[in-house]
Amino acid sequence: MTHFAAVLLFALFASTVFGITMRETPRRMVRYGIYCFVLFVGAAIVLSWVMYCIAR
Amino acid sequence: MATEEKKDVATEQGFVYLPLIAGWLVPGGGHFLLRKWGRGALLAASILGMFVTGLAMQGKLHSNPHDILDILSLVGDLGNGLLYFIGRLLGLGADQVQTTVGDYGTRFIVVAGLLNVIAAVDAHNLRTGRKS
Repeated sequence: MTHFAAVLLFALFASTVFGITMRETPRRMVRYGIYCFVLFVGAAIVLSWVMYCIAR
Repeated sequence: MATEEKKDVATEQGFVYLPLIAGWLVPGGGHFLLRKWGRGALLAASILGMFVTGLAMQGKLHSNPHDILDILSLVGDLGNGLLYFIGRLLGLGADQVQTTVGDYGTRFIVVAGLLNVIAAVDAHNLRTGRKS
């Protein structure tokens, strides 16, 4: 398993639980879940590039 | 009107902490008890998936902590409820984390436990009426 695949799996599972537990209606659950997923993956990509630039 | 009152009384009866305990022992169990089948199934799939992925990545199930970080990890692992105890009984998980992916697996298992605690508290909130 690649590191990025691990990030995607982690984001998928965590954002599913966050979406269900933090919002009340199904529509808002889905929206919040997608929002968390994008933030997880986006933050991982941005931080990876930051670390890459620092290391060079 | 009278029927609604009877229903309200019926939902107030019983052990209030049962969904919390069931949700901790079995991922999604608290929601299943409250007949929230869809939410329970999604929570169970997510938490179980994360726990199994962690084990598949050669993650470690903590047993005898040596320092404060190990204690915190053990607390996170215990959040998995029966999954943790069954895993320990079957001898699952690596003894020593030797690879980076194994370290990720250990974190997956800890986070699965923490997510399970969040799901169990959510079931408790549904039971008490704090959330609908």
